[in-house]
Amino acid sequence: MSKLIQSSIARKVVMALSGIFLVLFLALHFTINFTSVISPETFNELSHFMGYNPIVQFLMQPILIAGVVVHFVMGFILEIKNRKARGVKYVQFKGSANAPWVSRNMIYSGAVVLAFLGLHFYDFWLHEMAYKYVEVNPEDPTRYFAETVEKFAPMWRTALYVVSFGLLSLHLWHGFASSFQTMGLNNKYTPAIVNFTKIYAVAIPLGFVFIALYHHFNPIIH
Amino acid sequence: MKIYLKIWRQKDATSKGKMVDYTLEGIEGDMSFLEMLDILNEELITKGEEPIEFDHDCREGICGTCSLQINGRPHGPDRFITACQLHMRSFKDGDTITIEPFRAKAFPVIKDLIVDRTAFDRIQQAGGYISVNTSGHTIDANTIPIEKENADDSFYAAACIGCGACVAACKNASAMLFTSAKVSQFALLPQGRVEATDRVLNMVRQMDIEGFGNCTNTGACEIECPKGISLENIARMNREYLSASLKG
Repeated sequence: MSKLIQSSIARKVVMALSGIFLVLFLALHFTINFTSVISPETFNELSHFMGYNPIVQFLMQPILIAGVVVHFVMGFILEIKNRKARGVKYVQFKGSANAPWVSRNMIYSGAVVLAFLGLHFYDFWLHEMAYKYVEVNPEDPTRYFAETVEKFAPMWRTALYVVSFGLLSLHLWHGFASSFQTMGLNNKYTPAIVNFTKIYAVAIPLGFVFIALYHHFNPIIH
Repeated sequence: MKIYLKIWRQKDATSKGKMVDYTLEGIEGDMSFLEMLDILNEELITKGEEPIEFDHDCREGICGTCSLQINGRPHGPDRFITACQLHMRSFKDGDTITIEPFRAKAFPVIKDLIVDRTAFDRIQQAGGYISVNTSGHTIDANTIPIEKENADDSFYAAACIGCGACVAACKNASAMLFTSAKVSQFALLPQGRVEATDRVLNMVRQMDIEGFGNCTNTGACEIECPKGISLENIARMNREYLSASLKG
């Protein structure tokens, strides 16, 4: 097993598995967020459940945070190792002739998403931790919807969401399909899998952008 | 036609290299790229200058020796060819052509455009073979039935000439396509299954020891491979490796 952790293929597998895990979480996150558009009451109920259920809070949340940390730490390790593997740079290197931009710039799209996660944690996670464990406020199952809509009031935050999810879309465009190749899945089903991943890479970030814009431009109707 | 050349000159493995400009006139479209370099070298020798060192052997796309990065791409702008199969008709009068050696930490430059690719040999030596008892009771390979699809895929993988274009094209200088082709050509055949577990572990370990980068599935290697080696081989090697690691 130790061989598996040290090898280049094992590092790829770590990236692929943590990436697939985060992709699955993204679908769950989107589903819950989308209820804020169609039913504020449902959104409040689901958010309260996620915020106070002990299994979610003390088992799933640490696993999720570990997944994020493993993915970006390994991403940076791979980037450093890969830069060292070239040594002397080419005077002329026509990367665009044989590989798409998104596949060659995963470190940059990933870095933007990571920076966005910093803002996201500050906005919601730290806020929740302070609310529950520092200020020790009583449980209020009705507060989530109003707090979320309020967050999207400033133009700058909504704009940052839009840009970040654009970069997330690019990151997923290459990364999601790539994870199947890394796990050794390249067969007659690959074209269908790739199509699914491309649709996912566009649809889910677009959905998040829609939610952010919806709450930004419709604060009055709530 | 008249062409302008920017060529990497490096005295030896320890010296620092630089791009040097040359101008060549009277180049014809029917000349191969290496013939163009031959003409340049004849001019340099006539002038008493040091000719440009570059690797070449068969000049028919089989040996995989001519490791040139031409205008930012291994083996130049055309697909499924090596540099020796590239012809000057792919360029036009007045073009500037940049020629560099394949660049990777695991492919150190020996001189000018020649790189040391013995890292590939060491990967091959780590497991790219089958052990056959030749004591007189050897079974004829043709008596072992092999599925047509597997035989074809093995043959396609074995078409790899080890030129190193995959490493040169990869932004990470990864050797996954080469190694996976060498793993696959045996993994697909019953004769190769006997040592399959050790083979993939040892060849990947040697690949990592040599200092090649990590594959990020950009697909550049597949596009630039003169023999059209498929990314399916990398997926197969990953499966073989994961399976072998879990067994080990």
